[in-house]
Amino acid sequence: MSTETPTFGEDTVAEAKELIARYPQSRSALLPLLHLVQSVQGFVSQEGIAFCAQQLGLSEAEVSAVATFYTMYKRKPCGEHLVSVCTNTLCAAMGGDAIYQKLQDHLGSEGAPLGHEEVAGTPGEPGSIMLEHAECLAACDLAPVLQVNYEYFDNQSEQSAVELVDALRRGDKPAPTRGAPLSDFKTVERRLAGLLPTDDDEFWSDVDGPSQAVETLRGAQLAADRGWTAPAAPEDVPLPEVEAK
Amino acid sequence: MSDGTSEKAPLTPVLTKRWLSPQSWRLATYEKLEGYTAVRKALSGTPEQVVQMVKDAGLRGRGGAGFPSGVKWGFMPKDEEKPHYLVINADEGEPGTCKDIPLMMADPHALIEGCIIAAYAMRSHHCFIYIRGEALHPMRRLHAAVREAKHAGYLGRDILGSGFDLEITVHAGAGAYICGEETALLDSLEGRRGQPRLKPPFPAAAGLYAAPTTVNNVETIATVPSIINGGADWFRAMGTEKSPGPKIYSISGHVERPGQYEAPLGTTLRELLEMCGGMKNGIPLKFWTPGGSSTPLFTAEHLDVPLDFEGAAEAGSMLGTTAVQVFNETVSVPWAVMKWTQFYEHESCGKCTPCREGTFWLAQILERMVEGKGTEQDIDTLLDVCDNIGGRSFCALGDAAVSPIQSGIKYFRDEFLALCESNRPTATQQSQAEQAALGGAAADSQVAQPVGAQA
Repeated sequence: MSTETPTFGEDTVAEAKELIARYPQSRSALLPLLHLVQSVQGFVSQEGIAFCAQQLGLSEAEVSAVATFYTMYKRKPCGEHLVSVCTNTLCAAMGGDAIYQKLQDHLGSEGAPLGHEEVAGTPGEPGSIMLEHAECLAACDLAPVLQVNYEYFDNQSEQSAVELVDALRRGDKPAPTRGAPLSDFKTVERRLAGLLPTDDDEFWSDVDGPSQAVETLRGAQLAADRGWTAPAAPEDVPLPEVEAK
Repeated sequence: MSDGTSEKAPLTPVLTKRWLSPQSWRLATYEKLEGYTAVRKALSGTPEQVVQMVKDAGLRGRGGAGFPSGVKWGFMPKDEEKPHYLVINADEGEPGTCKDIPLMMADPHALIEGCIIAAYAMRSHHCFIYIRGEALHPMRRLHAAVREAKHAGYLGRDILGSGFDLEITVHAGAGAYICGEETALLDSLEGRRGQPRLKPPFPAAAGLYAAPTTVNNVETIATVPSIINGGADWFRAMGTEKSPGPKIYSISGHVERPGQYEAPLGTTLRELLEMCGGMKNGIPLKFWTPGGSSTPLFTAEHLDVPLDFEGAAEAGSMLGTTAVQVFNETVSVPWAVMKWTQFYEHESCGKCTPCREGTFWLAQILERMVEGKGTEQDIDTLLDVCDNIGGRSFCALGDAAVSPIQSGIKYFRDEFLALCESNRPTATQQSQAEQAALGGAAADSQVAQPVGAQA
C-alpha cells in the first residue's frame, strides 16, 4: 500500500511511517504528513495529496478537504522563504499594515504590488519569497511582528522589513529575534511534521536559539528589581485526605 | 525568599519566576529551581488526592472560559474501559493573546511536569500537546523538553518507580484559529477539518477517538506543579476568593513598556499601566480589551475594574486570556472593529450559517462604513446581524465575533455616526424628496436614498 512515487521516495515513506506510529489512530498523522509533503515539494500538490491518502488509506477527497481548510498548507509552490506579516488589529495599528503594503510594493513590480501568497522570484529558487498577511501571531507585546519561515522578527518597521527581505533575496540568512538560525521553508516544514534534526549539535543549536526578549522578561525583571515575590510557599504541605471510594 | 511584609506585592512571579535564569528551558535549570519535585509528591498520593488539591486551590481555566479545573478533571470516569487522553490546548491565536508562547519557550518543563501530574490525576497514559503551527520555536522547546524528561525518567514507563506510564506527543497544527475551540481541536487532532462538535457529549465522556478526554490550556497546566507544592492556601493567598492565584497579563499596544506581567488575579488596568510605564508618549487611552478581541471592549472608564473572572463580567466584558491590548486616541474604533471582524470572517470554519454568513456580511458593512460609504441605518443593521449570530451559532466563535462590534457601538456610537456624516441627505435633497413624495411624482426614487458620496 505505502509505495513510493517519483517525488516521494523511500525515505519519505519511512518518515511517514514513523510519524503514523506516534498516534493511536493513523489518521491523526494527516496534519504532520501534509507538513512532510510540503517539506519535500514546497507546497501541497495533487501528488502530495495522493501520497498522504495512500499512506493513511484515505481517499484523495478526504485529504483535499483537510489540506484546503488550513492556511499553512500552500496550494501553490512557495518561495525559498515565507514572509508572514501580522496585520491583525494591534499589529496593524502599530505599523503592521504599513509594513505589509511596503513589502507588497517593494517585492512587486511597477504598478503591480505582490499579492497575498504570491511569490517574488521563481518559486523554490534561492532568494524567492512568498509574501502573506497573517492573523495574530501571538507576539503582541513585540508588535509589529513578522515571521520568516515561522521564526520571529519582532518590533519591525517598514525599513527593517525591507532590509530583511533584501537580505533574503541576496541569499543571506539574518538571525531572527526569537527562534533558531534561519533555514528555509522546506526545512521548517520538516520540523512542523515532527522531524527534528537527528544531529545532536544541530538539534540543540536550534533549540537554544534566542527567546528571552526584553518584553517577555519585563514583568519578571521588574519584580526582581523591586523585590516583589509571590508569598513564600510553605514546606511539606500534605495532599488532602479524601474518602476512599 | 520570604516576604516579611504584610503588604501584598503587585507582581507575583510563579509561572514566570524561572524566566530570568540562563537557559531557563533546559532540564538542568528547571531541576535546580524546584523542577520535578511536585511530580514526586503527586505520584506518592492517589489521583483523587491530586484532583482534590486542585479543586481546593480553586484553579480556573486560563484559556478564557475560567471553568474550575479540578471539577473538569473530576468529570473523567474512574474506570479505564477506554483509554483516557489529556490534550493540551497550545493553539494560542486569540488576537492580543501572547502568554502561552513565551511560557512554552521560557519554561517548557513546567508544562511537561503539569502534564504528568494532570495525566496521573485523570488516569491518562497518552498526552497530546496541540501547538499552533506558527509557534515553531516553542514547539522545538517542547520537543526538547519531552526528550530530556524522557531521558531523566519523568516520562515513559514506570515513571520514578511509581508504576505510572505516560507518553507525550507534540503535535503541530496548520493555521486555523478555530482549532483553539476544544472540540474543533479534537477533530483536527484526529486528522480532520477543525470544526467544532455538538456538545453534549462533552469530551470527558467522548473526546479524542470517542474516548474520555480533558482539554486544558497551557497556562492552566503549567500552574499545577506550584499548587501541588505550595498547597491550596498558598495559592489562594493570591488573587480573589472566586478567582484565586497569579495570572500572566500580556500588555500590548500603546503603552511605554509592553510585556508579560504576572500579577494576582483582580489586578486593575490602572495598576498594570503603572507597572508598564503608562501610556506611550502620554497620549491618552481610548479603548482596550481585557482578554483578547473576543472580550467586549473597555474604555478609560474601566481603569479600576478588577481583572478577575467576576470583575470583568460584572463590568460587561469577560476576563478571557488577560490579553490587555491598549489603544490610544489616535486609533479609530470602527477601523479596529472592522479589522477584528475581518479576522473572524477569515477564521469562521463555515460549519454553521449564522457565523459563516453573518461574519461575511458584518465585514462588508464595516468595510463600506470605514470607506465613508455607510449610513446611519448600517449601525442598526450591524446590531441586528449581531443579534442573529450571538447565542445562535454553533460555537463561541460567533459570540466572539460580535463582541467588538456591540461594545464598539455601545461606547463609541458617535464615531460610527461620524463616518456616515458625508452620506446624510442634504437639506435640498430632503426637501426635494418630500415634495416628490407629496406630489406623488417621484421621477427619481433614488433621490431620498443617501448614496455613496465619498468623503
